[in-house]
Amino acid sequence: MSTEQELTQTPLLKLWLPGMGRALGQRRGSSRPQFTNCPTMIVMVGLPARGKTYISKKLTRYLNWIGVPTQGECISCASNALKDIANYFTKEQGQVAVFDATNTTRERRGAIISFAKEKGYKVFFIESVCDDPEIIEANIMQVKLSSPDYENYDKEEALVDFLKRIDCYKMSYVPLDEEKDRHLSFIKIFNVGSRYLVNRVQDHIQSRIVYYLMNIHVTPRSIYLSRHGESELNLLGRIGGDTGLSSQGQKYAKALAEFIRGQSIKDLKVWTSHMKRTIQTAEALGVPYEQWKALNEIDAGVCEEMTYEEIQATHPEEFALRDQDKYRYRYPKGESYEDLVHRLEPVIMELERQENVLVICHQAVMRCLLAYFLDKSADDLPYLKCPLHTVLKLTPLAYGCKVESFYLNIQAVNTHRDRPTNVNVARKPEEALQTVPEHL
Amino acid sequence: MRGADRSKNTQNLDKRVCMTNCPTLIVTVGLPARGKTYISKKLTRYLNWIDVPTKEFNVGQYRRECVKIYKSFEFFRPDNEEGLKIRKQCALAALNDVRQFLTDEGGQVAVFDATNTTRERRETILRFAEQNGFKVFFVESVCEDPDVIAENIVQVKLGSPDYTHCNTEEAVADFMKRIKCYENSYQPLDEELDRDLSFIKIIDVGRRYLVNRVQDHIQSRIVYYLMNIHITPRSIYLCRHGESDLNIKGRIGGDSGLSARGKEFAKSLGQFIQSQNIHDLKVWTSQMKRTIQTAEAVGVPYEQWKALNEIDAGVCEELTYEEIQQRYPLEFALRDQDKYRYRYPKGESYEDLVQRLEPVIMELERQENVLVICHQAVMRCLLAYFLDKTAEELPYLKCPLHTVLKLTPMAYGCKVESVCLNVDAVNTHRDRPSNIDVSRLPEEALLTVPDHH
Repeated sequence: MSTEQELTQTPLLKLWLPGMGRALGQRRGSSRPQFTNCPTMIVMVGLPARGKTYISKKLTRYLNWIGVPTQGECISCASNALKDIANYFTKEQGQVAVFDATNTTRERRGAIISFAKEKGYKVFFIESVCDDPEIIEANIMQVKLSSPDYENYDKEEALVDFLKRIDCYKMSYVPLDEEKDRHLSFIKIFNVGSRYLVNRVQDHIQSRIVYYLMNIHVTPRSIYLSRHGESELNLLGRIGGDTGLSSQGQKYAKALAEFIRGQSIKDLKVWTSHMKRTIQTAEALGVPYEQWKALNEIDAGVCEEMTYEEIQATHPEEFALRDQDKYRYRYPKGESYEDLVHRLEPVIMELERQENVLVICHQAVMRCLLAYFLDKSADDLPYLKCPLHTVLKLTPLAYGCKVESFYLNIQAVNTHRDRPTNVNVARKPEEALQTVPEHL
Repeated sequence: MRGADRSKNTQNLDKRVCMTNCPTLIVTVGLPARGKTYISKKLTRYLNWIDVPTKEFNVGQYRRECVKIYKSFEFFRPDNEEGLKIRKQCALAALNDVRQFLTDEGGQVAVFDATNTTRERRETILRFAEQNGFKVFFVESVCEDPDVIAENIVQVKLGSPDYTHCNTEEAVADFMKRIKCYENSYQPLDEELDRDLSFIKIIDVGRRYLVNRVQDHIQSRIVYYLMNIHITPRSIYLCRHGESDLNIKGRIGGDSGLSARGKEFAKSLGQFIQSQNIHDLKVWTSQMKRTIQTAEAVGVPYEQWKALNEIDAGVCEELTYEEIQQRYPLEFALRDQDKYRYRYPKGESYEDLVQRLEPVIMELERQENVLVICHQAVMRCLLAYFLDKTAEELPYLKCPLHTVLKLTPMAYGCKVESVCLNVDAVNTHRDRPSNIDVSRLPEEALLTVPDHH
């Protein structure tokens, strides 16, 4: 029996690897999909107030969420920026850097291309072209007037000044050209997405970026996130499973219906998972809803329907590994938060396309979605507080997201377990169970 | 019922979740030999695979039915009154069938495949769509590369019924004249004049795209798909992991390692791959032990995809069919009644599997030469995509152990070569038994179970 074919399963990620202790570099099997084989520079192009920073920040947030280490750079000084980018790629293992500046001249872009060529980086340009004066004015009002540059100005003056600033760039602005720039890889976005010109997409990550950019919009709307009402298993302190609502949970469902009615939301879409507890919650709303299997709770594999005490008793090592790296830890025969993010990507993409949506889901799922909207790191994500019977209303604002939290005043158990102090495999049961919330 | 299952597209309108609110008419635009039919057929195949009922309507086909014998390009001359009349009739006949498909037969997307090179013709179609409440999305293919056009003609035109009586040279000459007939009146979609229409302009086989006014989810998916496909010649190799320990015991699912014969297969696979001399081969596996062990023997870098994991049999994981019949006779019968949609308790259905595999298919479209080492149900789903099999056929496709399928895109379809690597293995294929009623006897249920230890 060849030792080559002897595999061991890594305890945390549950990945099968050849041999014992073979160096990571020698591994043939890569467990992360290869988005790209070399670092990519995304270069924004466009006059001021065309949404470049909005796009950069949003794209950076999305790429980081799907697991592509990305850094956004809002640049005033070009040469420093390029140095920082090179640093990010080599020293910090970054994969994508977004160079957010006007980059409006062919000369400036030429310099960036040379730099990238020398270093072996791919370049993808994102140009935002807009000639609709209303959109431009709205942009200026939303994000420019609050800039430190305009602290002492009144709104009208600031607007006029900024428009003059744009004029200065207009003189020398050379947009990306279908013909002259036909060898470059780029997307030109016209008037906030009514039209796109896409040239020479080189690889998977560029293809995903184009798809993402073509699905986002700036129409005002709100996204409501909530968990299902308290369930029978919640009461018993058991994780996972597919039970129905407790009586408190049913009260919540009715309260949620009232709350939603009170919000007077135009054209609200309601999404649930395929699990009984979210569907029961949605039913109380009395409006059509769509079930997504992708919104199902994280699969706890062999730990499904156990209490934390039982997990500690039957799988103490697993329990400790989970506390060591809750984001990457995969339950035996189950999933990890990392798997969950991957599974939720189409949900996020559709949320971007939609306008007003209420998503009724589960604790781990809601943490993943929230992390996307609020740009939380993989370390923070699994510990985000998403209590039962609380609705989060997310409204995109300027470069981020406003969050309003509505506790609907229906009692429920707490299901949030903080990371305990001792995450060592050798810890005592009491230390492991220190942060387990109360239950029946 | 208010709760609509997003993954289903059932006939019952109340239950159906629409990716669109109303049916969509996709209209191709472009000179002959620009890949319109290639795109139409591929897109139709993809949409049907992801469960969006789609059908293509090729106007050329209608013309061939009307004018039984094709004489020459003269039929297409712009001054040929008789020809123009017939061609218009054919277009209208096709549109009529489109209406029937989208309105009466539960179709969601119809692909209207014709040159549609004049603004006038496109206006007619837009009016038709408006009258019937269909959304319209144009797909235009623009290409001036003479090599690409020549290759198109060789691949798909020479074999057309139009040219059965011609030799190659005559056929090519005639076809080039045919293209000329359209060129003068060709009005490509225009950024300005057509700014209110929804369309994608594909330039030079995907070098560049112009996308205008994507209206909804399905159009967004169509654009993404079109932007990921290519026509570079390549082959996709599909095979299962080598025979596993659980396979030998007739148990489903699980995460066991290879049996001795399975290891032999892995070695043979390595040798086979070497012998094929494949340029830049990518190797993909699932995250289950048996596919990874198999890949290790091939000796080249590979990528693990969780999405390629075998179908989750939930409570039936690691059971034999006999045990499933004993413990869950009702479930067992339900599965035989509708194997595609049936979901194992706490597990998955083939339908779920297809949804899970969609990103894999998308990436396969982007890639060139790939070897996918996966599992029985997974391989059936992938194969169904490439060979345009229906949801009914899919769960019964034969994907035996120790056999490699080499798929090579050809003309409008896919050539399949099956290579059996001559290493014995158990048979894991269970046919649908004759009696699928829940009240059937155990023997009737287990009639088609393959042999095992």
